[in-house]
Amino acid sequence: FYLTPPQVNSILKANEYSFKVPEFDGKNVSSVLGFDSNQLPANAPIEDRRSAATCLQTRGMLLGVFDGHAGCACAQAVSERLFYYIAVSLLPHETLLEIENAVESGRALLPILQWHKHPNDYFSKEASKLYFNSLRTYWQELIDLNSGETTDVREALINAFKRLDNDISLEAQVGDPNSFLNYLVLRVAFSGATACVAHVDGVDLHIANTGDSRAMLGVQEEDGSWSAVNLSYDHNAQNEHEVERVKMEHPKSEEKSLVKQDRLLGLLMPFRAFGDVKFKWSIELQKRVVESGPDQLNDNEYTKFIPPNYHTPPYLTAEPEVIHHKLRPQDKFLVLATDGLWETMHRQDVARIVGEYLTGVHHQQPIAVGGYKVTLGQMHGLLTERRARISSVFEDQNAATHLIRHAVGNNEFGTVDHERLSKMLSLPEELARMYRDDITIIVVQFNSHVIGAYQNEE
Amino acid sequence: AAGMFLRLLSDIQWRAAHPKWRRMTSSQRSTSTAAEPHPVSLPAQAQVVICGGGIMGTSVAYHLSKMGWKDIVLLEQGRLAAGTTRFCAGIVSTARPVSIELKMAHYSNKLYQQLEQETGVQTGYMKTGSISLAQTQDRLISLKRIASSLNVMGIPCEIISPKKVVQLHPLINIHDLVGAMYVPEDALVSSANVSLALATAASRNGVQIHERTSVSHVTVQKGRVTGVETDRGRIQCEYFVNCAGQWAYELGHSGEDPVHIPLHACEHFYLLTHPLKEPLSSSLPTVVDPDGRIYIRNWQGGILSGGFEKNPKPLFTEGRNQLEIQNLQEDWDHFGPLLSALLRRMPGLEALQIMQLVNCPESFTPDMRCIMGESPTARGYFVLAGMNSAGISYGGGAGKYLAEWMVNGYPSENVWPLDLKRFGTLQSSRTFLRHRVMEVMPLMCDLKVPRWDFQTGRQLRTSPLYDRLDAQGARWMEKHGFERVKYFVPPGKDLLDLDHSKTFYKPDWFDIVGSEVKCCKEAVCVIDMSSFTKFEISSTGDQALESLQYLFSNDLDVPVGHVVHTGMLNEKGGYENDCSIARLSKRSFFMISPTDQQVHCWAWLKNRLPDDSNLIMEDVTWKYTALNLIGPRAVDVLSELSYAPMTAEHFPSLFCKEMSVGYANGIRVMSITHTGEPGFVLYIPIEYALHVYNEVMNMGQKYGIRNAGYYALRSLRIEKFFAFWGQDLDAFTTPMECGREFQVKLEKGMQFLGQEALLEQKQNGVYKRFTMFILEDHDTDMDLWPWWGEPIFRNGRYVGKTTSSAYSYTLERHVCLGFVHHFDEKTGEELVVTTDFINQGEYEIDIAGQRFQAKAKLYPFSSLFTQRRRKDEVELSGYQRE
Repeated sequence: FYLTPPQVNSILKANEYSFKVPEFDGKNVSSVLGFDSNQLPANAPIEDRRSAATCLQTRGMLLGVFDGHAGCACAQAVSERLFYYIAVSLLPHETLLEIENAVESGRALLPILQWHKHPNDYFSKEASKLYFNSLRTYWQELIDLNSGETTDVREALINAFKRLDNDISLEAQVGDPNSFLNYLVLRVAFSGATACVAHVDGVDLHIANTGDSRAMLGVQEEDGSWSAVNLSYDHNAQNEHEVERVKMEHPKSEEKSLVKQDRLLGLLMPFRAFGDVKFKWSIELQKRVVESGPDQLNDNEYTKFIPPNYHTPPYLTAEPEVIHHKLRPQDKFLVLATDGLWETMHRQDVARIVGEYLTGVHHQQPIAVGGYKVTLGQMHGLLTERRARISSVFEDQNAATHLIRHAVGNNEFGTVDHERLSKMLSLPEELARMYRDDITIIVVQFNSHVIGAYQNEE
Repeated sequence: AAGMFLRLLSDIQWRAAHPKWRRMTSSQRSTSTAAEPHPVSLPAQAQVVICGGGIMGTSVAYHLSKMGWKDIVLLEQGRLAAGTTRFCAGIVSTARPVSIELKMAHYSNKLYQQLEQETGVQTGYMKTGSISLAQTQDRLISLKRIASSLNVMGIPCEIISPKKVVQLHPLINIHDLVGAMYVPEDALVSSANVSLALATAASRNGVQIHERTSVSHVTVQKGRVTGVETDRGRIQCEYFVNCAGQWAYELGHSGEDPVHIPLHACEHFYLLTHPLKEPLSSSLPTVVDPDGRIYIRNWQGGILSGGFEKNPKPLFTEGRNQLEIQNLQEDWDHFGPLLSALLRRMPGLEALQIMQLVNCPESFTPDMRCIMGESPTARGYFVLAGMNSAGISYGGGAGKYLAEWMVNGYPSENVWPLDLKRFGTLQSSRTFLRHRVMEVMPLMCDLKVPRWDFQTGRQLRTSPLYDRLDAQGARWMEKHGFERVKYFVPPGKDLLDLDHSKTFYKPDWFDIVGSEVKCCKEAVCVIDMSSFTKFEISSTGDQALESLQYLFSNDLDVPVGHVVHTGMLNEKGGYENDCSIARLSKRSFFMISPTDQQVHCWAWLKNRLPDDSNLIMEDVTWKYTALNLIGPRAVDVLSELSYAPMTAEHFPSLFCKEMSVGYANGIRVMSITHTGEPGFVLYIPIEYALHVYNEVMNMGQKYGIRNAGYYALRSLRIEKFFAFWGQDLDAFTTPMECGREFQVKLEKGMQFLGQEALLEQKQNGVYKRFTMFILEDHDTDMDLWPWWGEPIFRNGRYVGKTTSSAYSYTLERHVCLGFVHHFDEKTGEELVVTTDFINQGEYEIDIAGQRFQAKAKLYPFSSLFTQRRRKDEVELSGYQRE
């Protein structure tokens, strides 16, 4: 049983989304040309989320991928809420006041974000009121705190991450009279999510990362070849600094039990995450909330289970690591992706495949036989392989889809093998998770002309 | 090849007798190592200048000089036998679907075979035979059709089984084959050497050959060639022959009055390999695998294999010289699919080592047929080019026909299918050519089924009613760039898509056309026939009548308002055109001819009408929309619309009158329908076309009017035994041979063109006779349909070929039209064909190797004519066109 190429394509393309920054007067003055994004589920339902939005009251664009675990509730909530927290953190005092006044007097609110959503990317209607109130509390505090200083993007990102995680925690502790919402906020808090968010404003690119998703810059060298620059560090056991940080935050007595089998407390892969209150709350708080919570929560073995060697919480934080990068004309694109991609592909390959896709150059130098000894059979094999490579490029109108095709279908020679692709995509739900993870990818393409112009101004 | 030629020259000079030649060769030899390229100055004048030293130019020179013309100069921009000729794969193949091309290839083969003996130049001629493979039943049918026509020409050819294929060529994988055609006398040559051999023979006969001489343009005065300008000076000449291959188009456009030669080059790829471990025998047959789009021949112990891909790469030649064209890039990715086909056909070649992928340009034409003949605008300007990748196969024959054309005024065969004048300026757009050749090149390998229409370069010329008809379900075909309706698909009915509609059997529109025919017979139909060529000829005095009386065989001195069917004959009495002429007034005539006569007929008349400013000829084709109202109720529709009585007493057959139809005035109504059915053709000034059409359709409703197309017209005309110029009639057919003596007025009181030939035929009888055949044991649903070109057998002996065929919905039988000859049983000599000879035979028609009994008739079924008319009024064996 094999999927035909059209069937394979319909699976790969089901979640693809593209956005082109609109042009004015035939010119795009943004440093971002647009982005392609896509998701391929392995879990059912998928636990990854993605978000993209343009800030309307400040300049800049936000893009992020969110990898959920222990369910998708937390990733969903973060994907809906985080960008509002970031946008609000970036707003100048006057705008915050204006917004607050509008809400106060029941006037129409200034729009803060313009979302760029795939139809499958949904927002929870039921929780919007609750989420809005938490957000409003946040900006009211910002108004009160008015420091008078211009907003620093790094600060804003860190504050927004921390504040949202805090709100998630608080909402779960307070609960909600509405039983559906009450259960929802608990599921959000007890599940977890990593986040990797990019904020692009002109040549200023900030990456805020919490967890083991990754941001990577695609750079075109002078000779036309492609290289990858990491713009985030994975927060997991492979990152020595992370292990060091965790150890620093807890007494020496726990040193051995903190990281076991490359997992936090022997349980959690990412070392930073939203939600996951089981790694943040005290044992007492956990027990109280679970016991007073709805039956579904009470019956859940996972939520009742207390991690072993749990002595000095919190063990987990949502605070992001922020990296700032000044974009250069040779920086052609940014890839944000959950670990599902990075497990299967090396970043160097990612850079090459996307770079070649976006430039339409496939390093397909014309073949010349010249004086070499080539047989008909060899030539035939070579041409067939080249054709397969070209056809897979032409099949995709979306760089993220193209990357997924390679991530899932690549054979040992680094070319897409249809048979393999078909097999991987036709795995039954139970098996899929064993062969691959959810994959979510956003590929942001930069406008080198605009970036070059910025540079010249400076 | 260049070095080879130098060697040849030194060989030849000892034998060459002509002083000019000797002077040239000796001086060339003496300077052959120096850079000075032009040893001999050009002559100031010559009778003929040929441009192009490839296979075409050298073949024309060879044949002209053989026919006694000596004062000939051949100019070549680079070296002889360079260009496409040098790269040509060298396959001489006679398996051609078009009869005239088949004859050319057959002659070429015979010529090349003895060329080495004649000239002493090695041509590499090797009779290997060729095998054309069929992967499908349809392909096999098309091969069988070709086999039938090869066989009746006496060219050995057989349809063989896959097993036999392996015996002939052990490398071929046959598991996917259903059969094949074997032509044992097909050959291989070195095309460059054939060209050099022809040049050698020509130069011995006095032709001067100058290499490295470029023609910049041709000068024309008063419509005649006067000379050529070259980069080495001017040569005065009477005749110029454009054999410039892929440069022919630009050379044609370089002069002040452009000569339009519609061809466009495409890149063509073939592969050369090193020899096999056990080198392939040079006598191994050439393999053509059209379904795989490839050909494979043996080459120096290895193979040469190329093909015609689905996605050809058109090539611009503007501003590029021969050297640049020779250095075209190899493109392996492009060749990939053809390589796959090759390895599928010969899997054993996997380990064979590649030598080179050759990229050689080939010129293609808009209709896949080569271009030959004289320019319609510049007398003495001849063309031979656009070989559609079969240059070496056609070279000999094409050169011979063109030489005959120049020397005798016309070739010894009907070459209308190849005549330059079948094209006009409208096929000369670069964009059109580029798009069309991209369709034509893949078609080289595609199945050639009946009623194929080109898909590119369409909707160029249209009737003002085009959109209206299209919205009503019209399906279109194209003639001379003009869109014409084939039939109308009724609402709710779906036909097969293009690819699936290809068939040699009963087509999917069978019932649709049947109902259109029925409506023509019982009620009334409208067919838009605007594509016809329309000329108006008028004069201040009697010049128009006098000139036309000489150029046409029927008597045109008829009362005003009469329409005359008449042939426009050549000196031999053959049809150059077949038309209807209405006498609009004493001094003006309105002439209707077939669509593709626009260029040819214009040139023919222009060249023969007296140079008199008081005699005016105008092409008014574009000014009129023609609506053909066919059927017994046409008379009712028209009389209601015009408030005029239209019955036979008031408006007899073959009558023309300007009248009003609806609000529109000045509509030329003619009581002819080109089908033998009652009705009228309305010639409507185009701005009234929509109005008149709407009026006719509204008024016609109560009489059951409907739209119809050319397929219905065709069925009607063929069952009535109406011949059609270009299909049944040609320059080699006289009115006497097709039962149209009544359209010739030998005694009209003045001389006319062709009169003597017709008088002689009248006395001595004819050597072929146009005959109608009704297929007897043919099952319309199950059997292969006849098309045209099917051999006719009388008492088991071949007597001729069909020229057209159609299903007659009235007779419920297939009708084929064709010519019957009488070949002497022993000598093969042509004898006079008498009525008795026709009537006293048992006939069979061969459709793709299967013979069907047929009944021969010399007159149509009178029962088919619904209205009785006076005998001279009946359009009996009148003309029709499609």
